[in-house]
Amino acid sequence: MLVAGVDVGSTATKAALLDENKRVLALALVDTGANVVRAAERAFRAALAEARVEDWDVTYTVGTGYGRYRVPFGDAQVTEIGCHAKGASFLFPATRTILDMGGQDTKAIRIGDGADVQDFCMNDKCAAGTGRFLEAAAEVLGLKLEELGEVATQAKKPMKITNVCTVFVEQEIVMHLARGCPVEDILAGLHWTIAGRSIGLLRRVGLEPEITFTGGVARNAGVVRALEERLATKLNVAPQSQHIGAIGAALFAWERAAHGEVGKRNHHGGARPQAAGGGN
Amino acid sequence: MGYLVGIDVGSRMTRGVLLDEEGRVQAKTGRETGARLEVAAQAVLDELCQMQRARPDEVLYIASTGYGRYRVLFRQIQITEMTCHGVGARWFFPETRTVLDIGAMNSRALRLADSGRVASFRMNDRCASGAGRFLERVAKALEVKLEEIGELSLRAQNPQPISSICAVLAESEVINHVTNGATVEDILAGAHTSIAERLVALVRQVGAQPEITLTGGVSKNAGLVRALEERLGVKLNVSRNSEFAGALGAALLARARWQRLTGAVASARVQSCEASRDDPA
Repeated sequence: MLVAGVDVGSTATKAALLDENKRVLALALVDTGANVVRAAERAFRAALAEARVEDWDVTYTVGTGYGRYRVPFGDAQVTEIGCHAKGASFLFPATRTILDMGGQDTKAIRIGDGADVQDFCMNDKCAAGTGRFLEAAAEVLGLKLEELGEVATQAKKPMKITNVCTVFVEQEIVMHLARGCPVEDILAGLHWTIAGRSIGLLRRVGLEPEITFTGGVARNAGVVRALEERLATKLNVAPQSQHIGAIGAALFAWERAAHGEVGKRNHHGGARPQAAGGGN
Repeated sequence: MGYLVGIDVGSRMTRGVLLDEEGRVQAKTGRETGARLEVAAQAVLDELCQMQRARPDEVLYIASTGYGRYRVLFRQIQITEMTCHGVGARWFFPETRTVLDIGAMNSRALRLADSGRVASFRMNDRCASGAGRFLERVAKALEVKLEEIGELSLRAQNPQPISSICAVLAESEVINHVTNGATVEDILAGAHTSIAERLVALVRQVGAQPEITLTGGVSKNAGLVRALEERLGVKLNVSRNSEFAGALGAALLARARWQRLTGAVASARVQSCEASRDDPA
């Protein structure tokens, strides 16, 4: 038995494929682009290809997507809040608080023993404190997004960044650069600021340990370090942090499959999907 | 001959106005601010002097305004943008009661008392929503020139809503609209509607009274002017030199200050501004 979870994010779409023992067989990631259904299909197919299986091998698929754009993918949909809770407590069973920093929104989620969501709050109104903030900063600094965390760790004297708005921060960076301020010091300041925004969200749901950090931004070591310094606690960060939502979705799929539910792709003879998008 | 200068160091443009002692506008110029505010301010001053063939020692008094006003090292006085835009707007349109200054990074609404003083103001100073940069980013995402977006938006057939007020997140929405086949005109109309709504809220907060005068660089955008007029239900005053309102206000206040200091004219500064208004610019 195989189950799959697909998490359509604002920037990246992730897929996870699990076997009957909840072992992760494959993880895939594609750019979301504008067509969310197509992105979901592509990520799903990429995970299948990696595991060398066919879609009719998958018993059940759960889709999850970001906020306003609900993605009609898979046999059932679960909110991304629920999926992050599920995935985070699967990887780190003592998780009580989750910080999910994605491409265009940031969420703080408080969960109970059984990965049940007790409270959450999110920022999706403004790009401050999201991946887009870091993308914009990387562009102004002439760096790649992946380089930011590494460069920031070389800071000697972090700059204070006074603005929150991404647009204003861009201007502030330009000013600092013009004055000859080292890139790594500016970056360290940015990570400090972005950490502050997230901590504000975390406090609103209560900051109960352990805290698990998920989403694409969790791959940035500079943000992780700034958060740990400001919170004075270690965070759980998994190597597959960006896929936690997809893993959580796959775990929901596993539960359905364990209850004997069978998804549409698994019907005998239903080799080719009829689902929307349908891209191969 | 002596001259009075106002320099408005904005986040996108630095502008300067040079008046003669009678308060007549003799020169005006602007350039992109860039990252080095001091340099931009000095360049604008130099250019004003060059245009008027004035020697630096003929400049009697210099007032700076705008977000970079403290970085104008050669200033005699710095004055807030609010005060300067109020004075500048009144010079253009003497019946002005409300000023909406739409800048690249900040927008502000002012209500003026009868005396011309700023009675109350509201601004978006925490984020770029409702400021020119919102439209700049949309223009960039659509690959059209900033100067063209207003006119283009007026040709929309089926305006596409932009739900995000954040300039950065709006960009992603624009790209989604493009991918879904929406026309540039329709997307631009949505973007103008979005920013207009933010601005109208700002204007309402100060208790808008007619006449309403638009100032700042973005006031030249015809699409935005129409979107604002539709929502406010009144005609708006827009001078063809509206982007110089801040620098002009600073120059007029520099002149008033200089007159007071030298005792040449004992009258209050607002009167001096009004007196100069009818002079040919």
